Amino acid sequence: MNIVVCLKQVPDTNEVKIDAKTGTLIREGVPSIINPDDKNALEEALRLKDTDGAHVTVVSMGPPQAEKALRESLAMGADEAILVSDRAFAGADTLATSNALVAAIKKLDYDVIFAGRQAIDGDTAQVGPEIAELLGIPQITYVEKVDIIAGGLKVQKAWEDGYETIEVKTPVLLTAIKELNEPRYMNIKNIFEMYANKEVKVWSADDIGANKELLGLKGSPTKVKKSMTKEAKGQAELVELPPKEAAQFVVSKLKENHFI
Amino acid sequence: MSIADYKGVWVFAEQRDGVLQKIALELLGEGSRIATKLGMELTAVLLGDKTDDMVKELVAYGADKVIVAESPLLNHFSTDGYAKVITELANERKPSIIFVGASYLGRDLGPRLSARLTTGLVADCTSLDIDPENSNLMMTRPAFGGNLMATIVCGDHRPQMATVRPGVFEKLDRDASRTCPVEKITVNLTEADIRTNTTEVIKVAQVLADIADANIIVSGGRGVGAKENFAVLETLAEVLGGVIGGSRAAVENGWVDKSLQVGQTGKTVRPNVYIACGISGQIQHLAGMSESDYIIAINKDASAPIMKVANLAIAGDYSKIIPEMVAKINELKAK
Repeated sequence: MNIVVCLKQVPDTNEVKIDAKTGTLIREGVPSIINPDDKNALEEALRLKDTDGAHVTVVSMGPPQAEKALRESLAMGADEAILVSDRAFAGADTLATSNALVAAIKKLDYDVIFAGRQAIDGDTAQVGPEIAELLGIPQITYVEKVDIIAGGLKVQKAWEDGYETIEVKTPVLLTAIKELNEPRYMNIKNIFEMYANKEVKVWSADDIGANKELLGLKGSPTKVKKSMTKEAKGQAELVELPPKEAAQFVVSKLKENHFI
Repeated sequence: MSIADYKGVWVFAEQRDGVLQKIALELLGEGSRIATKLGMELTAVLLGDKTDDMVKELVAYGADKVIVAESPLLNHFSTDGYAKVITELANERKPSIIFVGASYLGRDLGPRLSARLTTGLVADCTSLDIDPENSNLMMTRPAFGGNLMATIVCGDHRPQMATVRPGVFEKLDRDASRTCPVEKITVNLTEADIRTNTTEVIKVAQVLADIADANIIVSGGRGVGAKENFAVLETLAEVLGGVIGGSRAAVENGWVDKSLQVGQTGKTVRPNVYIACGISGQIQHLAGMSESDYIIAINKDASAPIMKVANLAIAGDYSKIIPEMVAKINELKAK
């Protein structure tokens, strides 16, 4: 079984702070990580490698520094890692991103494609389903359990109010949520092997033979018209009182505003 | 493609196994405002089986037209089935705009549709408007966990598509006397079109109130410290007639159920009163609650970001203040 995992390097938004004076984001010094849902996607692929001998290839689109995330996935146990990187991809929205990743994936063998449900920097949850559509294969999103059955997979998909069990033939694309598994750490043997025998391949737009009209800003149907920082209300009434007095004050405010 | 050929505002009327979802009505509410601005018709598109009662609701809540695709194969959602029916319909009728709820279902279906229609999709919009210059749809969504708001357009492609989070827009008042044309279309779908085979659907008992509906939310974060400490929050919620909620940290620690999570990755809420206890106010949390009418933050750290969005910021220990509030409210009630 051949598995392709789509992975994105993202800034750790837990570490993003707001400049209290200007109300803008402080991005300096924010560490980059493998997007959390993508890590669950990778872990599930590695689990299937452990149990069924699957071959795991990780693909990421991003700037040259995204190589670090791919090195980490090799150190977790992935067999191959490909960074799809080119200036032609700059400014891509989700559709243009999907077009680039699809061009790369078409050069690989795959039975199952795993992606994370969504990335924490954009939260769109679009790239997985768009890749499935552009490849013409079925998709199952919000996946929380995967079993191999004859000819395909048995997958448990989460809903807001429960879950659904679905059987599907391969090839198929699945998007992972954190309930799927607990990602492993890098291990010494894999780290050693990565430096001895493995490398992150870098593919350009020409390498993947993609139609440049469909890439980057040019290939993006959506464009950002403007962006603005949300202003803090700054109207807080700061109260520092002993507990009993503080409680009385809050209750009096609730009453004053007719909430109680 | 000529943009002028694309007319009308469509709302995907989400139903789950025969139950129309609230998001469908919320989309009609906002869709009606947008359609009026454009001087276009507002159409609800409903896929399902035995749809008559749901159609009545769509009419009563503001649709100018309802298009119904009825088939036993459409009762339960499948990506393949729904995507085929809607894209064929959209290619034929050419709507200018399609709104879809940002539910688990809509976030599965939306990108599949937009990719097949070769158009853009803007996720999780919190505000929609029309550009007076060129009549393009302006779709505003939070980025970077809500601190940054980005307005996005899809100027050269049609339809313009957006998903909208449940709870962001308001439905119109129900008007049972409204009437509008209802068109049942022929569904061109066979079992072979649906490549996934659902063998089991399990509903987990919904004992928890939907926080998106609550008027008062008492919410706890990392500072609450332990699952058992939520008991005092629950007591306060009870005397106020509200419900409890939690930040991502509270959910990830297993202190509250994930259905109660408020924030960018949880639910968007806008209750009358939001009481944040031990929540520092990471931007991803603020994205889900900053539209609340009245925000009370109780935090030991007076400089925590939550204190800046609050109407009333109390520097102190929630575990000491909340029981006193409960006592005071009970005292008032007893009078």
